[in-house]
Amino acid sequence: MGRWSRFNVASIAIGFAFLYLPIVLLVVYSFNESRLVTVWTGFSTKWYGTLLTNQALLDAAWVTLRVGVLSASAATVLGTLAALSLSRYSEFRGRTLFSGMIYAPLVMPEVITGLSMLLLFVAVGLDRGFWTVTLAHTTFTMCFVAVVVQSRLQSFDRSIEEAAMDLGATPVATFFQVTLPVILPAVLSGWVLAFTLSLDDLVIASFASGPGATTLPMRIYSQVRLGVTPEINAICTILIGIVACGVLIAALVTRRRELQRQRDERAAFAEGMSRAINPPPAAAGG
Amino acid sequence: MKSLGIFRRSFAPWADPNAKPFISFRNVTKRFGDFTAVDNLSLDIYTREFFALLGGSGCGKSTLLRMLAGFEQPTSGEIMLDGQSLSGIPPYRRPVNMMFQSYALFPHMSVEKNIAFGLKQDGMPKTEIAERVAQMLKLVKLEAFAARKPHQLSGGQRQRVALARSLAKRPKVLLLDEPLGALDKKLREETQFELMDLQYELGLTFVVVTHDQEEAMTMSDRIAVMSHGRVIQVATPAEIYEAPNSRFVAEFIGDVNMIEGKVALEDGRSILRTAEGISVALPETLAEGQSVALAVRPEKLKVSRQQPEGAGVHAMRGEIWDIAYFGDMTVFHVKLPSGKIVKASSLNATRGVEDPFGYDEQIWVSFEPQAGIVLKG
Ligand SMILES: Nc1ncnc2c1ncn2[C@@H]1O[C@H](COP(=O)(O)OP(=O)(O)O)[C@@H](O)[C@H]1O
Ligand SMILES: [Mg+2]
Repeated sequence: MGRWSRFNVASIAIGFAFLYLPIVLLVVYSFNESRLVTVWTGFSTKWYGTLLTNQALLDAAWVTLRVGVLSASAATVLGTLAALSLSRYSEFRGRTLFSGMIYAPLVMPEVITGLSMLLLFVAVGLDRGFWTVTLAHTTFTMCFVAVVVQSRLQSFDRSIEEAAMDLGATPVATFFQVTLPVILPAVLSGWVLAFTLSLDDLVIASFASGPGATTLPMRIYSQVRLGVTPEINAICTILIGIVACGVLIAALVTRRRELQRQRDERAAFAEGMSRAINPPPAAAGG
Repeated sequence: MKSLGIFRRSFAPWADPNAKPFISFRNVTKRFGDFTAVDNLSLDIYTREFFALLGGSGCGKSTLLRMLAGFEQPTSGEIMLDGQSLSGIPPYRRPVNMMFQSYALFPHMSVEKNIAFGLKQDGMPKTEIAERVAQMLKLVKLEAFAARKPHQLSGGQRQRVALARSLAKRPKVLLLDEPLGALDKKLREETQFELMDLQYELGLTFVVVTHDQEEAMTMSDRIAVMSHGRVIQVATPAEIYEAPNSRFVAEFIGDVNMIEGKVALEDGRSILRTAEGISVALPETLAEGQSVALAVRPEKLKVSRQQPEGAGVHAMRGEIWDIAYFGDMTVFHVKLPSGKIVKASSLNATRGVEDPFGYDEQIWVSFEPQAGIVLKG
């Protein structure tokens, strides 16, 4: 690790300011007493209180929450299955095409994803609303889940699946009792990722949604066009809090497991060494 | 612990023409793409046998075992278990269990749960499972570790969990892929004898894969020496050592001196004549001039100052070239007039030798008429 030079400190400070200053401003102004967003008059939490009486915003939040949970769950199932088949069947025909197609939405402009969804829904004659948003979110978040799960599967020891089958577990039992529990942390962080992506998506939701299914980002966006209110700042602060918590939890779960594992392994190794040097009578007897 | 000697000495179902093999590989071939991992292999293994598959890395031992367990399908040929073909039967319906090379313990389950896994799949009642698990933990002396997770165990303990887990269902056949490969030498030797006792006491058939010839010799009733997907020889450890059927087997198992020679004709019978002037009668008639080797194990070569006497003893002049002292025995490297160096080992049965052989000393090396094995291939 190099020394903290002035240049390093400055570039980090500028970088972080660039990333987080707008967010910090938003959070700070959500506690502003004044109705005017840009003039600080004093600390207050009243805008959080008035949120509870804004039925339109509450409805939108409820829609967003349901869309998020449903689409993240569906995307987790589909994405996990896609990751499994991609890492298991390395030889099947069209594998490259398949994996390319799964990853394409990662880099596809959201406008295009949204537009194509809209065209599909219109072509099929699906009424746009709650279910079409959920469907669209499932589609675009499942590739993120697939990426997360697939990277976990790369270090997955397949011999434990063989061991399970050897001990009499059918392929289905093997999946639910061995494979899934072992990759569960990755699957869960995939879910959290999908949920947060769905939570803050505006573009795709705007295309895929219809009357009666306005998501929170859509509602915020339409209100902001009439002028930013401290209420909006407050709801955004809550959103930021939820997203930050989600990301933090996902990161902590993975990291804690890893640390715990390393600690345990070191302890076992030390114990093994001391036993090898100085075997206890029970083990030495044979 | 009672001695297994009596049982072991009388146990030889392979020599009984009426005995039915328990496991049969019939012309089994396994290809991976263009690569042939197992090549038209046939092999019979009998009930209660401790059978070892021995060979260098990549010779197809694990593949053979995996076909028996059901993880790989033979490209052609058939595997029979207890008179029934195994083809088409998935791994989870085969009455065999395997102990994996990497142990393959379930990382998210405690030792106890790992051992109970197979029993749970069979729908065994909870109380019986608990009983059996306790029994298994006792067997492998891990009672104190029942609640630990695999990553909280040392290598030797993991090996024991893997063993207990594969034995818990009381399979008819236990397959062990390099079961002791990851253990250090001392633990390995201890565990070898434990495995032997266990196999006998539970009355199971063991098929063990190993690349360690000493391990195979120590543990097994019979050994199949493999090379490039084929079985070169199947025999008891003593037969493999004393009567190898090829140069490959002779050189793979233990140390051996290969004294090269050519077939000559004497009084109408084939004899082997070596560059050192040794002549050995051949048991069969071979083409004159064919290259043949006489294999003699180092402990069967004797070093002496006087020319040895006795009917039929083969003796050669030589010079002590090198002396390797191992404590229990000493290995002399003797240079023959032809320039070839042979090894002769002698047991240091007494403390101190009055007049030990020295470097560059001119001596005789000799061996009994029956000590050499003629090898064509
Ligand atoms: N699934 C597989 N695909 C391709 N080649 C394989 C596969 N499994 C084994 N092989 C090859 O078959 C040969 C024998 O492997 P293996 O039976 O594992 O040898 P070993 O005797 O060391 O246990 C090796 O050369 C290995 O590379
Ligand atoms: Mg192997």
